[in-house]
Amino acid sequence: MGTRRARWRRLWGDRSRGVLGPWRRIREPRACIRFKCALTNTILDILRRRPGWVEVKEEGEWDFYWCDVSWLRENFDHTYMDEHVRICHFRNHYELTRKNYIVKNLKRFRKQIEREAGKLEATKCDFFPKTFEMPSEYHLFVEEFRKNPGITWIMKPVARSQGRGIFLFRKLKDVIDWRKDGVRTDDQKDETQVENYVAQCYIENPYLIGGRKFDLRVYVLVMSYIPLKAWLYRDGFARFSNTRFTLSSIDDHYVHLTNVAVQKTAPDYDPEKGCKWMIQRFRQYLTAKHGAEVVETLFAEMDNIFIKSLQSVQKVIISDKHCFELYGYDILIDQDLKPWLLEVNASPSLTASSQEDYELKCHLLKDTLHIVDMEGRLTGKEKRIGGFDLMWNDGPVSRAEGNVDTPENGSFMANTHLGYNNDRKKQLKQLFKPLHTQQKV
Amino acid sequence: MMLEQDTGLSLAIAQIVQRLKGSSLHSQLERQARGSLHKPEIKLESLKEDIKEFLKTSGWEKRLQNAVYSELNVFPSPCHPAAPPEHIKEPLVYMRKAQGSWEKRILKSLNSMCTELSIPLARKRPIGEQKELLNKWNEMGTDEPDLTLFRPVYAPKDFLEVLMNLRNPNYENGDQPSFRNHLGLIQVPLKVKDIPELKDYFSELGLNTGQLGIDDSTQVPPELFENEHVRVGQTVLTEQDSAAAQQYVRQGCPTALRAELWALILNISNQPEDILYYEQLKSSVIQHDLLVDSLIYKDVKLTASNDDYYFVFEDYLYQVLLCFSRDTSVLEHFSYNSATPPKSYIRGKLGMEEYAVFYPPNGVIPFHGFSMYVAPLCFLYHEPSKLYQIFREMYVRFFFRLHSISSHPSGIVSLCLLFETLLQTHLPQLFYHLREIGAQPLRISFKWMVRAFSGYLATDQLLLLWDRILGYNSLEILAVLAAAVFAFRAVNLMEVTSLAAAEAVLADLSTLKVMPLLQIFLFATVT
Repeated sequence: MGTRRARWRRLWGDRSRGVLGPWRRIREPRACIRFKCALTNTILDILRRRPGWVEVKEEGEWDFYWCDVSWLRENFDHTYMDEHVRICHFRNHYELTRKNYIVKNLKRFRKQIEREAGKLEATKCDFFPKTFEMPSEYHLFVEEFRKNPGITWIMKPVARSQGRGIFLFRKLKDVIDWRKDGVRTDDQKDETQVENYVAQCYIENPYLIGGRKFDLRVYVLVMSYIPLKAWLYRDGFARFSNTRFTLSSIDDHYVHLTNVAVQKTAPDYDPEKGCKWMIQRFRQYLTAKHGAEVVETLFAEMDNIFIKSLQSVQKVIISDKHCFELYGYDILIDQDLKPWLLEVNASPSLTASSQEDYELKCHLLKDTLHIVDMEGRLTGKEKRIGGFDLMWNDGPVSRAEGNVDTPENGSFMANTHLGYNNDRKKQLKQLFKPLHTQQKV
Repeated sequence: MMLEQDTGLSLAIAQIVQRLKGSSLHSQLERQARGSLHKPEIKLESLKEDIKEFLKTSGWEKRLQNAVYSELNVFPSPCHPAAPPEHIKEPLVYMRKAQGSWEKRILKSLNSMCTELSIPLARKRPIGEQKELLNKWNEMGTDEPDLTLFRPVYAPKDFLEVLMNLRNPNYENGDQPSFRNHLGLIQVPLKVKDIPELKDYFSELGLNTGQLGIDDSTQVPPELFENEHVRVGQTVLTEQDSAAAQQYVRQGCPTALRAELWALILNISNQPEDILYYEQLKSSVIQHDLLVDSLIYKDVKLTASNDDYYFVFEDYLYQVLLCFSRDTSVLEHFSYNSATPPKSYIRGKLGMEEYAVFYPPNGVIPFHGFSMYVAPLCFLYHEPSKLYQIFREMYVRFFFRLHSISSHPSGIVSLCLLFETLLQTHLPQLFYHLREIGAQPLRISFKWMVRAFSGYLATDQLLLLWDRILGYNSLEILAVLAAAVFAFRAVNLMEVTSLAAAEAVLADLSTLKVMPLLQIFLFATVT
């Protein structure tokens, strides 16, 4: 297909109309896409297998870079990129992903909503457990702590991932001791930066399945912030803790943290066991237990989390047209079936833990690349591409055909299908069919 | 003629009345009737009719109907009044003999393991151990006892060997054993349905009837079938009618209604006395340790805990299976099961009937994969006592037939024969090819059928399949599905040249959609 197109273009030359005639193309198609990839896991497999994509060596010019965040930090500001070039992170994504920044942004956003739309509307932002930055908000934290004696708090470092450096506490004494230790480390004058922490209210009544705690990993692809365009992937998974949940063992890291990375080091971890459920299975389980309506409400509330969190950073993130980002959202469900946002990851793990997991990530990444559309095949009017559904396009997107309904319209149904059947192969075949029929002409 | 039918009917009525007498339903009905005497609409002159009317309007008649229906489903229809009890268990003598020798083998295996490991079949737990177990009751899965010395008493393939050697001594068709009449592994002449009969029997699965598992897929607008079907399901639940529910689930259960519908069909209502009974079983688990418990632990650890989806329910499996082994009410089902519960003797009193007990107390010795009968139910039921009762009822209605030798149409022998016959008749080339390369199809499909496909299909598909088992009150659908799977993968199977390769083609069934496969095989294949 690559060579046929190249031959065609040699005959007819580049046309601003695009390869396929009357459709208004939003991207210029390219004969060959040069890519660079900083990771060596699933994404590299997918990029290498993509027809018409060629890997470039160290210093070569590239059209697409799946970079890591450290490269971005050091090089983004002084790298010139042509219009067509794409890169997989936003310059200041940490506004969404660092625990102390997201708290700030959400608080500010919530105040804005309260001013503009009232108290009730603002409660829709109450999906983030109460969080205080340390050490700057230490006194505010102590005030809150004293108001709610006996509840458990969790201390998390803002920048580390995979469950490192986290501990739980119930007594102020534990924090004071830890603070003293922290001061000592500062005095030692390490090369490492002084770390910021956040103290967060720990959710003590998580929803349990089989006596086990779990969290949900959901994927959201943001193609631009201004205007906000976000896609939601149908697949995801529930990650289970290997041990039974109980509040009495606060020191047991393994119980409370459901990150796969931490679970992998637990003494009774059996890699053969696998501790993930595909989200479809999870949705079915809940439906069998609570009925379809309750589950619809839960998933609608999760949609709300994704949208509000993105809206809260819309004005601060530099919306460079070269950038897109695939986020991994971590959601915890409590016993009242309320979803809470734990964290947003800008570099969700792409290493596969099992065959099923590998397939999920392959499909996720393939569909991400379809949406980035270096090949210039899309019209821009699509509401679904593979396993991704367009969730927000400068406004809510409805499932209904035709014009976007307004949310006030009673029959509005959001175009999200998290946990639904993901018949992406079929959909992609239909989506790209006009390409084949036109080429014959 | 009429007289015989009448005697048959009255015999059936008498037997059902006998079984329901003294049941909790009976006492509840009596209590309700007595309580109704205070009501103004009950008049002395027409006492009988008024009470009957009252029971009808208050829904108690429906409950009685459901109980009667349940009895009819479970217990075999009474045959000749002079038939001995063995005949009700299993009418064919050679089958009974085969089951007897199989049981002897299992018992020998169990006893030898017991002697080798010097572990008693049963012992009372010391108080400390009892306390510990009680504390850990909800998380028994965290226990890591040393189970390396225990082996499962038998695996499905051992059982298959026994079935292959079954012969009817009265059957002599005069033919020399040849390719033409000894194609398959099962060599007993039982009557099985052919495709026209199956089409008729499973008529609700036909192409013109809406099905869940097909007509609720994303492409089909829900107004066409799904919405109406859900509405009907809700009505059935409101009416609390077992027979209607059984008819309804033939087209599949909506996910949100399945738990209640199955409970209605199995006539489980989780009354306080049922919860109490379960608690009693739990305390007998706490007090006594059985050798069989270690077999259960081992089975759960080897099968369900390693399953990608069922590992979460590990703790529930112990809570159900340990109690199940001690439930003597399960012994009742042996009156229509060809199997007989093994007997064990108090130490030193071998052979003395007064010191004989059934071992395990419920008479069922678990085999490798047994816990998979329970695992899918954990998706639907979360209270241990309800989960327990549903499983027990499913066992005494269906699952026991999958590992005992009998001539029943839903027994494993008939299912195997049905599978082989369907394959030979409709895919003769495939059958011949597989046989030639030493890959007898039954060797591959046997394990699917023994486990009722649990652990092989995706959970949602498995539940759709089990909907139909309940709906038709028969396990024949397992054989039909097994044949349909072979038909579906026939092209790949024709290319393999060894048993291992054939097993590889059929190793992963997790992507299969059960209902389309069944429909195509039964209704859309040119015969």
